[in-house]
Amino acid sequence: MSLHSIRLPHQKSSAETQTAKPLLPPKVVISMSQHGGVPCTPLVQVGDDVKTGQLIGSSDAVISAPVHASISGKVTAVTDVINIAGKRNTALVIEASNKQELHESVKPPEVTDRTSFIEAVKNSGSVGLGGAGFPTYVKMNYDPNTSNVDTLLINAAECEPYITSDYRAIIESADKLISGIKLIMKYLDIPKACIGVEADKGKAISMLSELCAKENGITVKRLPSAYPQGAEKVLIYNVTGRTLKEGELPLSVHCLVMNVSSVIFINDYIKTGIPLIKRRLTLDGNIVNKPVNVIVPIGTQLSQLTKPANLRRQPDRVIFGGPMMGSSVYDPEMPIMKTNNAVLFFEGVSAVHEPTPCIRCGRCVRACSMNLMPTELESAYDRKDAEALKKLKVNLCMNCGACSYVCPAKRNLSEKNQLAKLFLRNA
Amino acid sequence: MTNYLVEPAPHIKSKITTQKVMLHVIIALLPSVMASTYIYGLRALLMIVICSACCVLSELIFEKITKRPRTINDLSAVVTGILLAFNLPPTLPFYMAAIGSVVAIVAVKQLFGGIGQNFANPAITARIVLMLSFSSYMTTWVQPFYYTMSADAVSSATPLVSEEPLEFFDLFFAKSGCIGECCNAALILGGLYLIFTRIITPVVPIAYIGTVALLTWISGGDVLSQVLSGGLVLGAFFMATDYATTPIRTNGKLIFAVGCGLLTFVIRNYGSMPEGVSYSILIMNIITPYIDKLTVSHPFGAKKEAK
Repeated sequence: MSLHSIRLPHQKSSAETQTAKPLLPPKVVISMSQHGGVPCTPLVQVGDDVKTGQLIGSSDAVISAPVHASISGKVTAVTDVINIAGKRNTALVIEASNKQELHESVKPPEVTDRTSFIEAVKNSGSVGLGGAGFPTYVKMNYDPNTSNVDTLLINAAECEPYITSDYRAIIESADKLISGIKLIMKYLDIPKACIGVEADKGKAISMLSELCAKENGITVKRLPSAYPQGAEKVLIYNVTGRTLKEGELPLSVHCLVMNVSSVIFINDYIKTGIPLIKRRLTLDGNIVNKPVNVIVPIGTQLSQLTKPANLRRQPDRVIFGGPMMGSSVYDPEMPIMKTNNAVLFFEGVSAVHEPTPCIRCGRCVRACSMNLMPTELESAYDRKDAEALKKLKVNLCMNCGACSYVCPAKRNLSEKNQLAKLFLRNA
Repeated sequence: MTNYLVEPAPHIKSKITTQKVMLHVIIALLPSVMASTYIYGLRALLMIVICSACCVLSELIFEKITKRPRTINDLSAVVTGILLAFNLPPTLPFYMAAIGSVVAIVAVKQLFGGIGQNFANPAITARIVLMLSFSSYMTTWVQPFYYTMSADAVSSATPLVSEEPLEFFDLFFAKSGCIGECCNAALILGGLYLIFTRIITPVVPIAYIGTVALLTWISGGDVLSQVLSGGLVLGAFFMATDYATTPIRTNGKLIFAVGCGLLTFVIRNYGSMPEGVSYSILIMNIITPYIDKLTVSHPFGAKKEAK
């Protein structure tokens, strides 16, 4: 039985373009909260000189990942930024100096066993680069005596329209991906790995299949190009057939899921010691002349991206992330975080139409990969019926937006689900 | 100062709208409109136009009086009008058709909350009301192409009550009955269009017609003439597929369609009415909320409520 999904226009215009050379912005604004979890505390202050890769923020909390300087320069301010989700966090502003050099502490880590490997992953500042940004080492730090992981699942789905950063990562560094997978399999003692790739990425599938043929225990699975293929539960189900139950982690179905770019980064960190200070970003949208991926230091501000994006005109809308789950940007100086994988520039009228009454066509029900009933959820929320919302399992909604996308009445179903979840939390 | 438009995700939406859905239905009905005009003459076309106009006017006036938002742009009233006309004999006095339109839109649809909230199919319910109010006019039938014939050859009975079995050609292309029933070929063409454009699922017409066919075959009747007679094809493709009054999930729709088929068979063969489609659909419409309750989806990986 396959899960519901929807077909979206791919719009992968940047797919066959080589990633552009890394940018060097005049300044970066690095937030102390680059992930879900506890924000870091700054370790440097205004006036300090920092070098690329230097540790500038850390936390003792478990669910956290350290933050490093992405360029060399001087710390000119410790300020507050409001992130894309509306939360206020401390951030360090570093103005670039003429000499860009790596900090002395940057060297390949000593990795001998599981513990030292996980420690290295923690020190690298690694968070999930697919967009969710969960501190990677926490995912790996399960007790091998009580939990058993038999499959490392590599998420190469990249199901959102426009975004090609994972695809280019595979095309340009497929060997690093395989090397990274082998490192993780070795140190975490995971017997097999499977790379899940969407069918529209034919070149990536053939490249990876060729490389995997020489390896033991690594396979490539071709997944249908259906949204939301990259969602964790959907990926696990489509690759392994296992159902991840409500409220549980992939660990409970013996899986560890990682994004391709995250794995490539870990491979590079183990080999070079350079922490997570830059990432590949897709620049696309209907006013971008030549959509392309570009390597960007963490903390680069949006205003620095308009030139490499080669815009035809001023954008009316800017989105960090994909068009289905990405966030609208309101601040032209908004800095890039570790979790941003695309910046989309659009001209033109809003996507939001005036909602008209629900006609009970059932398209939303047939679009939901979690088998929820968005039309029922909406009417339960409108009547503020907490019991019904619980029974209908609104908390299983992952906000993929498929229901809002297909609705002929243009109702804001996905948005209402988010409000319903908040309502339940406070009820 | 740059101003960016900020809105919640998703930032792209499909191009389908309620109005486009209704447009697809109207397009699907056009072959039958043309066939009916050819078979029953301009009076049939006039009936379709009058019903549509009265439906739209009723909706407009009702929404104006009750200060509700205008919805006539979604074209659902036009669809109801065409389907209502399809359920009437070609010789029905126009004022009765107008009354039917008002009943369909105001009583069945708007008084219950408008589009998406009606408890039963407006066209079917209005037809039943007219049947009860003006029974002799509602059961006066004429032969196809009556407008070309002399006065005494005009009247006929529908194939369901007629003694003589009809030829397949007549049953399929031009039989007597209501305006919309007369050309099964045009109806099926429209139905296939709706399936192809994914407006309706093939489950409902196949299950509805299939159930009638199966039961007829088991009881030793003539399957083809039962299936092509009366309003079965019209009902299966255009009335039993109405979104608001049928179950929302496909397995619910299957139960609905089989129920309609069963009731249609029983009413036709064991009831005193010659036609069971209208009443079957109405009864199943009323049962729909219970079918929906029975076929609630199972969320992925959901655990049973602890408390």
